[in-house]
Amino acid sequence: MPEIKVTPLGAGQDVGRSCILVSIGGKNIMLDCGMHMGYNDDRRFPDFSYITQNGRLTDFLDCVIISHFHLDHCGALPFMSEMVGYDGPIYMTHPTKAICPILLEDFRKITVDKKGETNFFTSQMIKDCMKKVVPLNLHQTVQVDDELEIKAYYAGHVLGAAMVHIKVGSESVVYTGDYNMTPDRHLGAAWIDKCRPDILISESTYATTIRDSKRCRERDFLKKVHESIERGGKVLIPVFALGRAQELCILLETFWERMNLKAPIYFSTGLTEKANHYYKLFITWTNQKIRKTFVQRNMFEFKHIKAFDRSYADNPGPMVVFATPGMLHAGQSLQIFKKWAGNEKNMVIMPGYCVQGTIGHKILNGQRKLEMEGRSTLDVKLQVEYMSFSAHADAKGIMQLIRMAEPRNMLLVHGEAVKMEFLKGKIEQEFSIDCYMPANGETVTVTTNPSVPVDISLNLLKREMALGGPLPDPKKPRTMHGTLIMKENSLKLVSSEQALKELGLNEHQLRFTCRVQLQDPHSDTDTLHRIYTHLKSVLKGYTIQHLPDGTVMVESIVIKVSSSTEDPNTKVLLLSWSYQDEDLGSFLSTLLKKGLPSGLC
Amino acid sequence: MAAHLKKRVYEEFSKVVQIPHEEAPAKKLRLSKPSKSAALHIDLCKATNSTDALQYLLHFARKPVETESVEGVVRILLEHYYKETDNSVRLKIASLLGLLSKTQGFSPDCIVDDAINTLGNEKSHQVLAQLMDTLLVIGTQLPESPAVRQRLIEVACKHLSDTYFGVRNKCLQLLGCLGMVDTPLTKDNEGLVRDVQSIISDYFGDQDPRVRTAALKAMLQLHERGMKIHEIIYDQACRLLSDDYEQVRSAAVQMVWVLSHLYPESIVPIPSSNEEIRLVDDAFGKISHMVSDGSWMVRVQAAKTLGSMLQVSPQFLEQTLDKKLMSDLRRKRTAHERAKELFTSGEFSSGRKWADDAPKEKLDTNTVNLIASGACGAFVHGLEDEMFEVRIAAVEALCQLARSSASFAEKCLDFLVDMFNDEIEEVRLQSIHVLREISTHITLREDQLDTVLAVLEDSSRDIREALHELICYTNVSTKECVQLALLELLKNLNKYPTDRNSVWKCLKFMGSRHPTLVLPLVPELLSTHPYFDTPEPDMDDPAYIAVLVLVFNAAKSCPTMPALFSDHTFRHYSYLRDSLSHLLPGNGLDLVDSRCGLGSVESAQLFLQQSLNRVSTIQNLEAPGAQDLLDFTIRDLRRLGELQTELAGAADFCATYLRCQLLLMKALQDKLWNMAVPLCLKQNVTATAAAQQILEETYKLEFLYSGLDSRQVATIHHVRLQAKALQLILTARTRQGLDSLISSCEKFLQDIESFQRLFLTELPHLQDSFVDKLLELMPRLSSCKPVELVKILQTTLRQSGLLQLRLPEQTMSINSRTMRIHRATATIIEPTGESDNPLRFTTGLVVALDIDATLEHVQDPQNNVKVQVLYPDGQSHVIHPKPGDFRKPGPDRHRLITQVYLSHTAWTEPSQIEVRLLLAYSSSSTSLSSPSKLGWSDSIDSLPTPETAVEGTIPFSKPVKVYIMPKPARR
Repeated sequence: MPEIKVTPLGAGQDVGRSCILVSIGGKNIMLDCGMHMGYNDDRRFPDFSYITQNGRLTDFLDCVIISHFHLDHCGALPFMSEMVGYDGPIYMTHPTKAICPILLEDFRKITVDKKGETNFFTSQMIKDCMKKVVPLNLHQTVQVDDELEIKAYYAGHVLGAAMVHIKVGSESVVYTGDYNMTPDRHLGAAWIDKCRPDILISESTYATTIRDSKRCRERDFLKKVHESIERGGKVLIPVFALGRAQELCILLETFWERMNLKAPIYFSTGLTEKANHYYKLFITWTNQKIRKTFVQRNMFEFKHIKAFDRSYADNPGPMVVFATPGMLHAGQSLQIFKKWAGNEKNMVIMPGYCVQGTIGHKILNGQRKLEMEGRSTLDVKLQVEYMSFSAHADAKGIMQLIRMAEPRNMLLVHGEAVKMEFLKGKIEQEFSIDCYMPANGETVTVTTNPSVPVDISLNLLKREMALGGPLPDPKKPRTMHGTLIMKENSLKLVSSEQALKELGLNEHQLRFTCRVQLQDPHSDTDTLHRIYTHLKSVLKGYTIQHLPDGTVMVESIVIKVSSSTEDPNTKVLLLSWSYQDEDLGSFLSTLLKKGLPSGLC
Repeated sequence: MAAHLKKRVYEEFSKVVQIPHEEAPAKKLRLSKPSKSAALHIDLCKATNSTDALQYLLHFARKPVETESVEGVVRILLEHYYKETDNSVRLKIASLLGLLSKTQGFSPDCIVDDAINTLGNEKSHQVLAQLMDTLLVIGTQLPESPAVRQRLIEVACKHLSDTYFGVRNKCLQLLGCLGMVDTPLTKDNEGLVRDVQSIISDYFGDQDPRVRTAALKAMLQLHERGMKIHEIIYDQACRLLSDDYEQVRSAAVQMVWVLSHLYPESIVPIPSSNEEIRLVDDAFGKISHMVSDGSWMVRVQAAKTLGSMLQVSPQFLEQTLDKKLMSDLRRKRTAHERAKELFTSGEFSSGRKWADDAPKEKLDTNTVNLIASGACGAFVHGLEDEMFEVRIAAVEALCQLARSSASFAEKCLDFLVDMFNDEIEEVRLQSIHVLREISTHITLREDQLDTVLAVLEDSSRDIREALHELICYTNVSTKECVQLALLELLKNLNKYPTDRNSVWKCLKFMGSRHPTLVLPLVPELLSTHPYFDTPEPDMDDPAYIAVLVLVFNAAKSCPTMPALFSDHTFRHYSYLRDSLSHLLPGNGLDLVDSRCGLGSVESAQLFLQQSLNRVSTIQNLEAPGAQDLLDFTIRDLRRLGELQTELAGAADFCATYLRCQLLLMKALQDKLWNMAVPLCLKQNVTATAAAQQILEETYKLEFLYSGLDSRQVATIHHVRLQAKALQLILTARTRQGLDSLISSCEKFLQDIESFQRLFLTELPHLQDSFVDKLLELMPRLSSCKPVELVKILQTTLRQSGLLQLRLPEQTMSINSRTMRIHRATATIIEPTGESDNPLRFTTGLVVALDIDATLEHVQDPQNNVKVQVLYPDGQSHVIHPKPGDFRKPGPDRHRLITQVYLSHTAWTEPSQIEVRLLLAYSSSSTSLSSPSKLGWSDSIDSLPTPETAVEGTIPFSKPVKVYIMPKPARR
């Protein structure tokens, strides 16, 4: 039986360095090629030696598909393609292709320039790597080669995030990457058609969470900002440059517009500006509202949001500032925080999760006195708010996607093992399909039951149609007669005559004969006549002939009568039919074995 | 297609007149085919190839065919059909057959057989499908003949097994449109009697999704035609809910919905358990499930249908708002629940603590149901949907359900309030409207009110006004809420001064709704002090007026409140009572001498009735006395209208009517009637003016007031007739030309006839009136000479008394608000006409003037309301605003926000133009003339009488002056 094999090199029962190998129909595909944020050693990248000990990967992989631009999904890409060596096609969507190199370059700078690492990929490598990228459009079916085709679906999550449907013959796999089933202010919800893949590989970050409605959170967020501004306070929102930041910008921008607010909003510059540019460009990837209104005004051309300058932080009056990085551990956000922390009118809103040890984490846990470097302490008087805006599907969303795609098997990655366990149970219970959750390096093998396409001759089909009464019912299998010819890798179902002709064979007649003994006191001819009338009454709708040469023909079945030599009352019926009439012939023989009804004249 | 048909019908109508001319000389040619068909025949014979033939047919299809020649044409087409080998030509012929059988006045039963015969040896599937379509048309044209139907149905059943989906589709459509449920239909092979439904339902499992859709649609069609769908279909329809194709799912949702209405109380088993539930609950659950479907069309459909499933049990209904939150397998409370808890615990929302929403209890993994079976969270999903269409549908559905269930209304409140924050304005607006509609069921908590009020700062005027409307109807729970609302409204007033009226109105309702909550706030609101006199606030401050409006309206039903007022408050009351009478209660404040004397609406009503009764005694009075009485009554009624807004319409209506009578009386009582013609020229002029004025007033009476019944309309028409008679008499006296007199006499006679026709039912009530007398004399009138007629008219007019006006019964009962007489009014809010700065623009170019007006009690404003601009040189422009410029903030109210473009040649100095609103009327649109006027056939014989074709405009707003200055263009 054909099999599909899935091996996660990363993201198996884990979050980070997503990298999943899939072998399907003789093709090997790598899904995502990410890095792990938590490590700084070799564990940072997936273990490519799993694929080959030495040498390039090109011979072993048919293609690489990157789902979106987050580094845990694409961070190892230049390493793999340039340092390990891969020359095949890399597929990603247009926005991902545009934004991915910015992030990679940023990542490279931090690692090499700041941390001083050597043996890391260079800017040139990133460029070379991006040259191998083939861009994808949504819902566009791309033929990687003759058999392998891939198709991208919208995934929400971040700009340009895609789910991919990989298909070889009739076997298929869907890989979701990260996705979001609830729309937000700038992106729509993930969507897939009922493609019924053999395996659905889904992320499961929030396998055990069902989230509250987004609106409450948004409203709370806006209310807090608004109240603080009205009090004349300053609001600091530490963000990471891409993704959530844009969502919050849109949220605030529209709110400012609606409420006619005048207080300035600033966005600390940097790589954001470049990224914002791409957001403006890829309007088709955003949500309904932005898509519909961009003709009047592109929502990403912010009216109220201006670039931040370091000196603005000391300006009097209310303002809102978005600053990087998101966990308040360094950079501009920390500087601003230090300036504003002393005033209780001010506010800091943490829009995401903070790693332990960062200032963000400390203040979220209620610490009011912070020790800064140089043994100085900082009194935190400003208000600290926490607002979670996350763009992963929650448990319900994952279930919804399964319902949409109707896969035959389910495979969970990109999540914690314990949480996956729970979701796995639920999936198996609700959908009664198999669900797998392999660890890194563990291979899952799924046997598929692919349908074998067979060409059928039109004539044969038409003949069958003409025979069969009502319309063909697609839900019910139907038997038909024909000859299967296997020739040069192709299968063909034709009528037997044609098969004979094609193969140059002679037809052999196969006839069955059968004797049936019958007790009947009449003469032979009478008996024959009695049989004739009997059959006539039983088999309505068949042609029954009484031939002058002393035989009865039912269609092509011949019935003859002769008296037995010993007992003239025992008649021997001779039935003869061809192989094609087997059904009718056996029916007749059983019928005649029962004898003739006495009532016949 | 529809446009094409319409065009044809139209052409046909416009051509009708010509036929008699053409046919008249050709009487002998009865045997010959009508020219049209002959031409076609020749054309088709000439056609050498199929392309030509197709061209001819296409050309032919553009022209109309007369009713009498249809059959001939059909025969020719059929003849050609059999000869034709090309599929496309046959297809066109088939479609033409269908078109032709739709011809008005043609009964297609004569071509049924032929049409069916053509099916017999047709090979092309497309043509077959088209033929089935033609049969469908024929079948729908012949609703009265069951035999034809039966035949068509049999034909359809036969072709259902066609391999082409189009044919199957059409057959199903035909079955849906013509099939009958009660008569068993065909016998299939096994000799079983089957009816239409089971045949159609066979195709629910067809391999082609289009056929499945068609089958579902056919079934729905059956339902629409009033046939009862069997309950068995339910299971099959439910199965189709999980079809691969969206159109099938969408139709299936409808089907399930229909069945849930037919068999709400049936019991269906829950699969994989042995429980059973009501069918409507099951269907509700299933449709709720579709709210998270992959296709947004289906989601919209599902969300919409949910709203009308009112019979669903409460526990299912409430599940739709349920979404059990969890985090790391621990139960979490929703933000809504937290807010409520905080509120009940008396603590204000902190939200400041990290992990404030930290999950509490540990969940048992087995009980967590991720894909909720049934309705779970349907609305939560619907309201968060990506497409705003779905969100709007969900909001509307919520509204419908909430209106029928108070507890559900309570529950969905939080969700609706959340929607106030939607990114699309339409959705925000809709949710505000919805909240208003269900507000009778709910009382807002303080935190909820807070969220609601936050929207008051929205920069969109629509949103703010909708919100004001909402606050008018909202109940709040505490005095803090009232204070909060007042504060926010004042803030709003400060930020957007144009909202003044709307904010005041809002506070009026707020006050009258919560008198007891306002009471403790009064000293603070009016800043009174127990010992010290506080300075008198500025009476022109809108904010102060706003506070006063709130307080006075509350004081209406709170007798202890006036004791807290200081002297100036009372003075302000009487001032406001006069200047803003619509905002202040008409009575109840014993603090002020109720100089209007009238108590409640009832007594006003009584007064109105008495006035009318008094007027009816007028016959017995001498002329001057009668006129005085009318004068006083009119004055009284007008004042009453001002004071008692609820009766304003009726009072005004009566006053205007009486004014007509007064004018008529004056005109008739002038001495002129006894004088010789040349001597009375001057009086004649006044009488003519009076007649003209009466005519105008009658149009106002008829079209400006809504809620009139036919009796009153008859009375109005009666006055109009009198005015016309007066005009006629005056014409007769002044003009010498006999021809014009004859024609006006004829016209008058026609008027009488049409009056009689229109108000046949009302005639018994009009006894002893002018018309009554005229009708008695009618035979004589129509035969006599104009001069004689005028004489008769003169005497009748003078003898006939005043026809007493009766107000409709409904007006008399206080409870029925709907059938009151209302006067259509319009107020132009912007431009205010107060600006001294002229609007400068270059001549030859245009300047846009923003117009903002409220319209009340105007029916169909999109068509009837126009803006008139009057330039100082007498030029006037009438501008028809776009339909989209009208908004409907509330029942019987419209808001016109539009721009008119002004332009003029250069002026030397700025001057004022006038802008006003006009109400266009045309008497053919009155309720009395039958709407069937649109039918083309009957408009031929009865040409619209001149009387019914009166069109015109009534100015119904105060004109507003705008200062403009067109500058000469600089070179």
